[in-house]
Amino acid sequence: MDSPLRLIAANPVDRLARTIEALLVVASAPLSADELAKAAGDDPERVETALGLLFERYSEGRSGIVLERVAGGFAFRASREAADACARLFERPVERGLSQAALETLAIVAYLGPCSRPEVARIRGVAADSAVASLVERGLITEAGRESGPGGAVRYRTTPLFERVFGLESLASLPRLDDLADDTGQLRERLLEVAEARAS
Amino acid sequence: MRELELDLDAFEGPFDLLLTLLLKEELEPREVDVAAIVLSFVELMAERDELDLDACGEFLVLVSALLELKARTLFGDEAAELGELEPEEAAEELARRLAEYRRMKEAAAWLVQRLAAESDRWFRLGPAPLAPRPERRLAPQAPEALARALRALAVPPPTVSLSHMALRFPPVLQFLERFRSLLTRRRRFDFDAEVDELSRVEQAVALLALLELRKSGEIALSQAAPFAPIRVSRVDDERILEWTARSA
Repeated sequence: MDSPLRLIAANPVDRLARTIEALLVVASAPLSADELAKAAGDDPERVETALGLLFERYSEGRSGIVLERVAGGFAFRASREAADACARLFERPVERGLSQAALETLAIVAYLGPCSRPEVARIRGVAADSAVASLVERGLITEAGRESGPGGAVRYRTTPLFERVFGLESLASLPRLDDLADDTGQLRERLLEVAEARAS
Repeated sequence: MRELELDLDAFEGPFDLLLTLLLKEELEPREVDVAAIVLSFVELMAERDELDLDACGEFLVLVSALLELKARTLFGDEAAELGELEPEEAAEELARRLAEYRRMKEAAAWLVQRLAAESDRWFRLGPAPLAPRPERRLAPQAPEALARALRALAVPPPTVSLSHMALRFPPVLQFLERFRSLLTRRRRFDFDAEVDELSRVEQAVALLALLELRKSGEIALSQAAPFAPIRVSRVDDERILEWTARSA
């Protein structure tokens, strides 16, 4: 029978795995393989091997702690079966009460970012000041320079916390926009129909 | 506000006329330097002793309207842009914008679903820990040199002399009387020899007394060369000497 403590062995990769395990426990944000290799003072390839061992050990159904690949790195989280217990003890301040306006703004920044408030307002047709301020306060987006030219508007991009909250390995994990809705042709036809109806 | 005279690149004259020209569209708002107008107004206010709140309020309203006008002309009117398009082009543009918004709305809906699906993922949240500071590499140090430097620092500084604070200047009068009495007994005397044993402060006061006597015409002074001893004599003696020298 497999024991959860099988890792405790004398082999060097096991020792490296224990070091990585410790680093991930201390970290409050996902750590990349390079960061882990640098901190452990070891080779990135061996770190990947050690991470493989840890993924095996810290997986759903096997441990209360689960290792996941998220936000461009590796991090521990609670297992899904412990979610109810966690919910009784802790709050989820980042994603709680996100308004529709904030979610639409977040989607625009995630797909088109870095982008400015005027750009968000142009797409949504309404001012985005309050939604942007709320997302910045939650730590889901952050400033990313300014538009070129004098008095350029502040631009925003999503943060690693956004990827973590939404369980994304990276922004590349977002679905393609064309797959979500591509009905420009239909819209054009409907608009032309309306225009013709008014002209007649 | 009538007193506010402007001297801008695009306009020169009273502020009221500028507003009239702008409203009649005879002047482009984008060419008007609003910051320069504000500066002129601030300078005008600064010249006055009292702050005219009515004028300030009126100026704020006018200048904000001017700014809005300028901003509108700078950034253009999207509706007007669409209005210039042919109906099919306008429909195309509108459809493109609506589709863009619809896609973002769908993306937001996907985020909502994703949040719901991930609601049983709990993880630790906290501020990022501080990265350790890189170790500062110092140049090689010799302990003996360090000890020497510390020893030099540990030496108590020399006591600052405060003796000048206790200096007492003798009255000039004292030397005036002394020199007068000397000249009653002797026809002439050597100033340097007379004050040689006195302190520097007393010597200085004695010199002042000497100059005082010369000023009042009681004595005559002579010196063979710079820094040579100063010779002091009665005035009448000097005159006799001069007379003798001339008659000889």
